[in-house]
Amino acid sequence: MSMLASYLTLAAVLFCIGLYGVLTKRNAVVVLLCIELMLGAVNLNLIAFAKYGVVPSLAGQIFSLFAITVAAAEAAVGIAVLIVLYRSRATVNVDEYDRLGR
Amino acid sequence: MRTVFSQYAWLAPLFPLAAFVVLTELNRSLKRTGAFIAIVASLASLALSLLIAFERIGTGAEDYSGGFAWLTIGSVTLSAGFEVTNLTALMLVIVSLVAFLVNLYSLGYMRDDERKSVFYAYLSLFACSMLGLVLADNLLLLYIGWELVGVCSFLLIGFWFHKPEARAAAKKAFIVTRVGDLGLLIAILLLFRYMPGHALDFVSLHNVFDSQAGVISTSITTAIALLLFLGAVGKSGQFPLHVWLPDAMEGPTPVSALIHAATMVAAGVFLVARTYDIFEASAVALDTVAYIGAFTALLAATAALKQNDIKRVLAYSTVSQLGYMMLALGSGSWTAAVFHLFTHAFFKALLFLGAGNVIHALHTQDLRQMGGLGRRMKTTAWTFGAGVLALSGVPPLAGFWSKDAVLAAAFERHPLLFAAGIVTACFTALYMARLFILAFWGRPRGDAALAARAKEAPAVMTAPLLVLAALSVAAGFVQTPFGSWLGAWLSGEAIPEQAESVPVMAASAAAGLLGLYLGWLLYGKGAPKGGGAGQTRPWPWLVRLIEREYYLNEAYGYLFVKPLQGLGRALRLFDGAVVGGAGRLAAGAVQALGRLNSRLLSGQLQTYGLAAVIAAVVLMLAIAGRRF
Repeated sequence: MSMLASYLTLAAVLFCIGLYGVLTKRNAVVVLLCIELMLGAVNLNLIAFAKYGVVPSLAGQIFSLFAITVAAAEAAVGIAVLIVLYRSRATVNVDEYDRLGR
Repeated sequence: MRTVFSQYAWLAPLFPLAAFVVLTELNRSLKRTGAFIAIVASLASLALSLLIAFERIGTGAEDYSGGFAWLTIGSVTLSAGFEVTNLTALMLVIVSLVAFLVNLYSLGYMRDDERKSVFYAYLSLFACSMLGLVLADNLLLLYIGWELVGVCSFLLIGFWFHKPEARAAAKKAFIVTRVGDLGLLIAILLLFRYMPGHALDFVSLHNVFDSQAGVISTSITTAIALLLFLGAVGKSGQFPLHVWLPDAMEGPTPVSALIHAATMVAAGVFLVARTYDIFEASAVALDTVAYIGAFTALLAATAALKQNDIKRVLAYSTVSQLGYMMLALGSGSWTAAVFHLFTHAFFKALLFLGAGNVIHALHTQDLRQMGGLGRRMKTTAWTFGAGVLALSGVPPLAGFWSKDAVLAAAFERHPLLFAAGIVTACFTALYMARLFILAFWGRPRGDAALAARAKEAPAVMTAPLLVLAALSVAAGFVQTPFGSWLGAWLSGEAIPEQAESVPVMAASAAAGLLGLYLGWLLYGKGAPKGGGAGQTRPWPWLVRLIEREYYLNEAYGYLFVKPLQGLGRALRLFDGAVVGGAGRLAAGAVQALGRLNSRLLSGQLQTYGLAAVIAAVVLMLAIAGRRF
């Protein structure tokens, strides 16, 4: 198995764990963490392709740096939203955030 | 001779239109000045009409027409324009003069009405549409004016809409005239189809039907003429569509004088006179016009004999006189018809306004409650008397000359038509004598206190009467058998002196005088003192038949109204069960689908995410599957 395939497999596993967490965890904080996990998997993919891909280039690594920066901002905003949500609804349980359906 | 004022004729309808717009816009803030705006506008129209008419007096005035291309559809161009001929000039004067006098009169009659400015707005709109109808240079514009006057008639009949009878009468007038309007519309469509170049203007109509006989086949011509006449029947209250006109008397009396006596109801006569070439091209159509006219004249004159409402008598009289005009048209003399229209406009407006004064004084329209008003209302009584004599055809008042012209035309056409005309003339004099005697002679029969307080109407209401009375006396001299100036002016052809019509004149005068004498015998001299309750009736069934207006309203009720109502109910059931059911079914299906969807959309974000993931996986599998 080539290097690329093993990196991609690892990223896919991480992604699936993250996805599973997003879809199943009750705690909104854990859901946010799982989203970060998925983003990490994607970054790993980018770097793997930048290093071992068909046309290796530095762009992929720079791109992943960007993604990490944006993800940090997103996490900050996400946590802030979550705190406000907690203040108004007094819960972090994702099941109870169902106003959209009613 | 070129004419100067004729090119500004298009202004005549615009003055009242401006008044209408101003009155409608500033309805609330114009309590007193509103009426004056309308009066000034109608005066402006009158002045312009008089200028146009005086300029055209004398021979050789050119017809003036102007206009612009209104719509271009493919290769067909519809134009909008006006045409001033001697006929339209005469109609302009009649319409604007009566409109002005009625506007003036309403100042007194409607003084205490809360919606006075609305009333004046409607009157102005009517004057605008009627003048537009008269000036129109093609049938399409005439049709627009035709419908607009119908709307104004509807609005003004139902002006006192708090009275259920007024509402019913307004609806009846609108619906019954609609039958005729449909005929007119179909006639216009047929003309559009068959005229060379789709021309609808009167000049082309004249050219095609007068000199290019054979362009349109005889059967089509007859159909067009009969359909045009159907329009005239509806508007001019001819049998069998006359039933709306007596009911239309629920409107204010000035309205009856203006719309339902002098102008709008004469529009049918005007229409036939304007498109006379079509009628002349079809003998069948001319005969129909003549016999319907004669029959209507006789029927309405007899119906007027036993009406107890002063305005209903006058309304039936109007129907009868319109029948006279149709008789003249059908007998081949459109100038006689227009002449009778001209004189009738004056004396019938006079009679209606006089009746308005009586109603104003007594607050009743019932002839049985009147009597003895002659002493208290001298001006009204004298002018009304002039109107009665003019309508009865007593020489040398206006009605005599015009009626004589009609009868002379009928005499030349067919003895039967002439006989109907003479009998009608006798009945006309009889019912007018009855009306005058019951209202103005004898002693008060109604509320004594009210009768004692009855006094002459204010000057603003009697002045129009005086003007109209003068015209009713004198207007007939424009055309006599010895010098038919009006006929020659209208038709542009010299009309020979008709010496042979002296017997006709004698017969017509004799019929009128006989009617008046009979009336005096029955209601003046020989009237029982107790108000007519113990009168012996020689033919009770005939009297009942006449009193109930030949049961025509009942007959129409059973023949048309009831079946149509039944059809309406059936259609409503169909609408509720089938159309509404289909609608409810569709709505229910969509609602059920919505409910299902809202079950799926629980608001659980993670469920949505799972669905998205599953969808993505399915998509990926599909794409991957396609590759192998």
